[in-house]
Amino acid sequence: MITIIDYNAGNIRSVRRACAEVGMEARTTADPAVVARAEKVIFPGVGAAPSAMAYLKKAGLDTAIRDVFKAGVPVLGICLGAQIILEKSEEGNQPCLGLVPGATVRFRLADKQLKIPHMGWNEVKVVKTHPLLDGIKPGDEFYFVHSYYPQPADGKNVYAVADYGGDFCCALGYKNLFATQFHPEKSGRLGLEMLARFARWDGRV
Amino acid sequence: MLSKRLVVCLDVRGGKLAKSVKFVDTRDIGDPIAKARQYYEDGVDELVFYDITASRENRDIMIEFVEAAADQIFIPFSVGGGIRSVGDATKLRNAGAEKVNVNTAAVKRKELIAEIADAIGGQSTILSMDVRRVTATKEIPSGYEIVVNGGVTPTGIDALGWAKTGEKLGAGELVINSIDADGTKEGYELKLTRLMADAVGIPVIASGGAGAPEHLYDVLTEGHADAALVASVVHYGEYTCRQLKEYLSGRGIKMRMNY
Repeated sequence: MITIIDYNAGNIRSVRRACAEVGMEARTTADPAVVARAEKVIFPGVGAAPSAMAYLKKAGLDTAIRDVFKAGVPVLGICLGAQIILEKSEEGNQPCLGLVPGATVRFRLADKQLKIPHMGWNEVKVVKTHPLLDGIKPGDEFYFVHSYYPQPADGKNVYAVADYGGDFCCALGYKNLFATQFHPEKSGRLGLEMLARFARWDGRV
Repeated sequence: MLSKRLVVCLDVRGGKLAKSVKFVDTRDIGDPIAKARQYYEDGVDELVFYDITASRENRDIMIEFVEAAADQIFIPFSVGGGIRSVGDATKLRNAGAEKVNVNTAAVKRKELIAEIADAIGGQSTILSMDVRRVTATKEIPSGYEIVVNGGVTPTGIDALGWAKTGEKLGAGELVINSIDADGTKEGYELKLTRLMADAVGIPVIASGGAGAPEHLYDVLTEGHADAALVASVVHYGEYTCRQLKEYLSGRGIKMRMNY
């Protein structure tokens, strides 16, 4: 059973539907007690870091997420859920959950032709093998919509990059946590396959 | 680098798929969700569902329709037609639409664009515009006028000015539909598309006139569009999405080819 954390940050139903499409049993919850007992967690989200962090704290979900991560439960962060797992975000200069050393930063693009948000299909280039990236080939594209991206302090935690005015981290891993800046639930067959790999993942790298 | 996008538009009427030719004589050609799923599997990058009845009574049907589509389609899709309020936009977004298109209602009250962008984000707010060629005047210096209500009512508004206004108010993307080219299958209106794409800093989806793969190539290169929207050219089976994308990729345009 996959537990999808619902914290009022965008449309989480699309994640649940994608789980259903690949035969994963999933439930959504905003209850910290349910999160604390989860076997596997998806932490999705779109929107801004400050309001998301405020909501998580108010609901007691910040502590629940930290605890479940420390307990070794496999966690998949998506989009905003890949950003606020770091120590802080440049978006509103917001302190975040701090599961992974590093910070979320805004695109600084020298090429003024490039637009922010970075929105659309872009190639995900694997730089380090990981069970969740198994099978991704050169030229495989995923769907992105974002203005900020996660930047782990230790380059060893970067597993894939994408090029938008230069390479940026689009997938990071740290212990039993894996997180993608792109949206596997909106990336067609390749994204669904990644979710299916998460369903099989035991949290070990 | 981002790929260019192939977008398929499905006009939906009472839950059925219809294709308009110069906005009149719509005929039904099948179940829109089954068609959408077929395009999804065939590699379309994005879908648009356009509710061409767009009556208030139809709102709830459209919400149900979007939910059913979202159960089947695992790529972004947008919904348009008759969106008049932030409430409409939010409901469609929550039902599973990645983006919503506003058109006539935004012309009537332009603040709607900003309100929707505030509620669901600029990246999810598409300003769709139907444009026709006119003689340039002081009021319409670009020689392109906005028409509304499905392309029948002229507004006296200059299309170029309207595109810039839309961007300023927070729209994250524009759909530029040429009434003159729509349904002709003789190619997109390149001059219009390029004029618009060069004037704004947000992505432009070109619409109206696609009849052959080279038309898409032309609008993505010469027309400076970020995405090409097609309808009848795939609905009636002349080309598949894969064939269009292979053609474009073969001519050096970056497209998503692994799916």
